[in-house]
Amino acid sequence: MSSMNIVVENLTKKYGLQKAVDDISFQANTGEILGFLGPNGAGKTTTMKIITCFMLPTSGDVKVNGQSILSNNEEIKKRIGYLPENNPLYYDMPVMEYLAFSGELQGIGKDKLQSKITAMIHTCGLNEEKHKMIGELSKGYRQRVGLAQALIHDPEILVLDEPTSGLDPNQITEIRKLIRQIGKEKTVILSTHILPEVEATCDRILIINNGKIVADGTPDSLRKQSQGNEVLQVQIADAGNRDEVISSLQAIETIQLVDPLHGSVDTFILQSKPGASARRAVFNLCVQKKWALMEMKPLETKLEDIFRELTKD
Amino acid sequence: MKKIWIIAVRELKTFFDSLIAYVLIISFLGLSGFFTWLFGSDIFLIGQATLQPFFSVAYWTLFFFTPALTMRMLAEENKTGTIELLLTKAVTDWQVILGKFLACLMLICIALALTLPYYISVCTLGPIDHGSVWCGYLGLIFISMAYISIGLFTSSVTNNQIVAFLLSLFIGVFFLIIFNVLSTNFTGMIGELFSYLSLSSHFDSISRGVIDSKDIIFFLSVSIFGLILADLSLSKRNIVD
Repeated sequence: MSSMNIVVENLTKKYGLQKAVDDISFQANTGEILGFLGPNGAGKTTTMKIITCFMLPTSGDVKVNGQSILSNNEEIKKRIGYLPENNPLYYDMPVMEYLAFSGELQGIGKDKLQSKITAMIHTCGLNEEKHKMIGELSKGYRQRVGLAQALIHDPEILVLDEPTSGLDPNQITEIRKLIRQIGKEKTVILSTHILPEVEATCDRILIINNGKIVADGTPDSLRKQSQGNEVLQVQIADAGNRDEVISSLQAIETIQLVDPLHGSVDTFILQSKPGASARRAVFNLCVQKKWALMEMKPLETKLEDIFRELTKD
Repeated sequence: MKKIWIIAVRELKTFFDSLIAYVLIISFLGLSGFFTWLFGSDIFLIGQATLQPFFSVAYWTLFFFTPALTMRMLAEENKTGTIELLLTKAVTDWQVILGKFLACLMLICIALALTLPYYISVCTLGPIDHGSVWCGYLGLIFISMAYISIGLFTSSVTNNQIVAFLLSLFIGVFFLIIFNVLSTNFTGMIGELFSYLSLSSHFDSISRGVIDSKDIIFFLSVSIFGLILADLSLSKRNIVD
């Protein structure tokens, strides 16, 4: 497997006066699953349409293994498998025929076509449905046909626009597993606005908002970036007086702020001072005062919080 | 060339899978057969062994049937979004348009080939001018090419099939009737221009058995012009969406 990387350089796409994509640059490498995250209308789909050579950018360039989409789109299209948003398919065609059509268009020879189709049907679990019309299939199976047609020519790059939208939880897990498996040796770019999906499948995340990249990194690194101070949730029993607990906690020098948890009598949210941890001190305080420490857990910043933080207007 | 053929074969298969082909062929044969043999100025009324009645009927039936074939070609792909899937495969816009053009033309050729029994029957009735019959068929094929290109263009500008159908009938009417009428109302340069643009004058001379390069160039240029417009309208996605 040759290595394929995608380099996006200063890509801009305007629809009339509105900039759908505004001067974005990034890179995706082989063996990497890149998650495109953003609210609806952020420019994810437009970027994907440009990478897959469906439309030309207003300015900027995309280079696939050094070849520009502006001059070599025929060559690039052969190396990309694309699953568009909403998975459009010819409903009046049988599954096998449609896969044959896709394969032939992507330049698979007659001699290899049949074995490729059989392999794809096996990989995507379409064996029982292979003779049906696409329009007769359930949504989950259509999604598999969509994936199968994107993969039939064994492309080095896979571009998936919201691959799991509208599927039930079991199907989502299966499709994700399939993507992970495929992503080991290919470059995969997938867009979504479902956050757990990115955490479950992607090696790297790009968050886009209003056509601009607002964050770029692994899920962990993004979490570290936005998480400044340690935040603890503690539950203290047998304390008697709530105000005494609060003032004692406030007296600990590594604690910056104490907040009683809304709707609870004995649970508190503690924010430590920057760079410090208050866990040991809280424990010692409880031992000293003979309070029972029922619960103490660090609150992680969730990806959702980061997302909301970065994309709110 | 191979890509064009793959697309054309798929479209043709879809015609036959979705019954469009059968409905079209049966109604085409029925209508043209009815007017050729049974009704109006049919062959028995004229009393000559000629296919002229068939050609003048087919001239009209193709005018209605071709837009019905072409209307879904690009309009439906635009509507369902399959155009995106098709154009991100290793094909160019031109290959897609030519493939669809070829598919429609093949279906019409099949329909025309099925009228060959008319020819054979007339042959047995009396002496027939074989040359003019073949020219008539050629003329019908040329006319269909012009209609198909116009139809593909109108199908590419909208994602509503009905709009595409009506629009191509509208444009077709100009070539079929209006330019002809206008040409009789004007004299000089303008009159000649309208007369040149009128499909009927070119078709008449071909179906009489006169193959003039001027007529062939006319039909081919209308077809190519229509296809170029369809291509432009497809590539519009690069500018604004």
